[in-house]
Amino acid sequence: MLETSDIELQLLVDAIYYRYRFDFRAYAPASLKRRLTIAMIHLGCQTLSQVQDLVLRDPETFTTLLDYLTVQVSEMFRDPSYYRVLRERVAPLLRTYPSLRIWVAGCSTGEEVYSLAILLREEGLLERTLIYATDINAQALQRAEAGIYDVARIAGFSENYVRAGGRSSLSDYYVAAFDRAVFDKSLRRQVVFADHSLATDSVFAEVQLISCRNVLIYFNRELQDHALGLFREALVLRGFLGLGSKESLRFSAHAQAFEEIVPHERVFQKRGNA
Amino acid sequence: MSTPAAAPPDLRRRICAVVMGASAGGIEALEVLLPALPADTGAAVLIVLHLRRERSSLLTEIFSPLCVLPVSEAQDKEPVRAGRVYFAPPDYHLLVDRGPQLALSVDEPVHFSRPSIDVLFESAADIYGPALLGIILSGANDDGSAGLAAVRRAGGLTVVQQPDSAAVPYMVRAALRGGAAELVLTLPEIAALLGSLHAPDPVDDNVA
Repeated sequence: MLETSDIELQLLVDAIYYRYRFDFRAYAPASLKRRLTIAMIHLGCQTLSQVQDLVLRDPETFTTLLDYLTVQVSEMFRDPSYYRVLRERVAPLLRTYPSLRIWVAGCSTGEEVYSLAILLREEGLLERTLIYATDINAQALQRAEAGIYDVARIAGFSENYVRAGGRSSLSDYYVAAFDRAVFDKSLRRQVVFADHSLATDSVFAEVQLISCRNVLIYFNRELQDHALGLFREALVLRGFLGLGSKESLRFSAHAQAFEEIVPHERVFQKRGNA
Repeated sequence: MSTPAAAPPDLRRRICAVVMGASAGGIEALEVLLPALPADTGAAVLIVLHLRRERSSLLTEIFSPLCVLPVSEAQDKEPVRAGRVYFAPPDYHLLVDRGPQLALSVDEPVHFSRPSIDVLFESAADIYGPALLGIILSGANDDGSAGLAAVRRAGGLTVVQQPDSAAVPYMVRAALRGGAAELVLTLPEIAALLGSLHAPDPVDDNVA
């Protein structure tokens, strides 16, 4: 028998889907419940049923709730060794393509997008690359497009950048103004920010690299498989897939379609016959 | 407090999972506790230990040689199995999800901590209810007391290390102030409790 709070959780995600077409029905329940509980307290509600009542009637409340459900605060060059693998192992192969398309799936507020753009510029690849940066949260996409971050976070970003094998200084790519660091507009000249859901939308382009970090951990296994199916379809043969440092394909139906190019770094290459 | 030399059969049958949380002084405490887990432990053991990012990936290397049970870093979507010890990976929250299976998240730190003890304990309390044993050990911040309260509310058994026996008693004092501790035990007493968590055998079922 389901607990009352589990019933409320299910009804709330159903209500969100029917009212707003955002599909959280196949998200991993533990994190979903935790995030909704935090939102519930913020909204001054006692139960998820009360949250449901508010959300159904008030789109503004839904916008607030969406931030709790989707916004991931990441870091630039989070897990420097990942970017080192992209630079040392993936970039040389990307260089063999006359033009490149890269998909950052679930880009949230854009830290990963700027990290990749900087890496590609330093490898001389940015000018021939189109980066699709997608997310389901329109406000997060706007913040990503603005490329403005709290200056207090820059020290951590810079340290990561150096450990990731950065070729100059991160300060070459932003201007600090008061408490903000504004990243160079030219980094996003090749970036298209777009609304896209891994749960409900389909593949929109053929790409050579997909970076999707710490997004799949929020999905249940079925939705993970669905998203990995999209990635498999979008990637060219021998294309690359980068996941978060604790995400694996081990439990996936698509495990056989990919090989890990460096053990433990979660950078995979689609097999030539997949 | 008397030493629970052997847990009564109903406790043995009851406990499916043990969650433990610690920070400063936690490694030393776990060096006493984890070797006490018997080969036929009937519960899964899940641990959050706050450490600086770069050190915590070494936990499995430190504890594997000391334990009879297999020790590993928790993987997302991995089914939870009795008789195994799982550590939260560095810089990720560890949760228990339906299945039960393990789940990871990069949500905001809680009490400046990721992994957070509260996040593990609250999610595990949701899944295991009265079948959960929660233990707060030595440590230096407030993480864990809300989690322990959640374990207690769900009917689980709650244990806090006796402050005098903790290398850094801040965390256990905070948990005690929270009022959710059923038992306050020394490390050897907690070790004895863990040592008694043998998988239930068919004889017990006949007795019941």
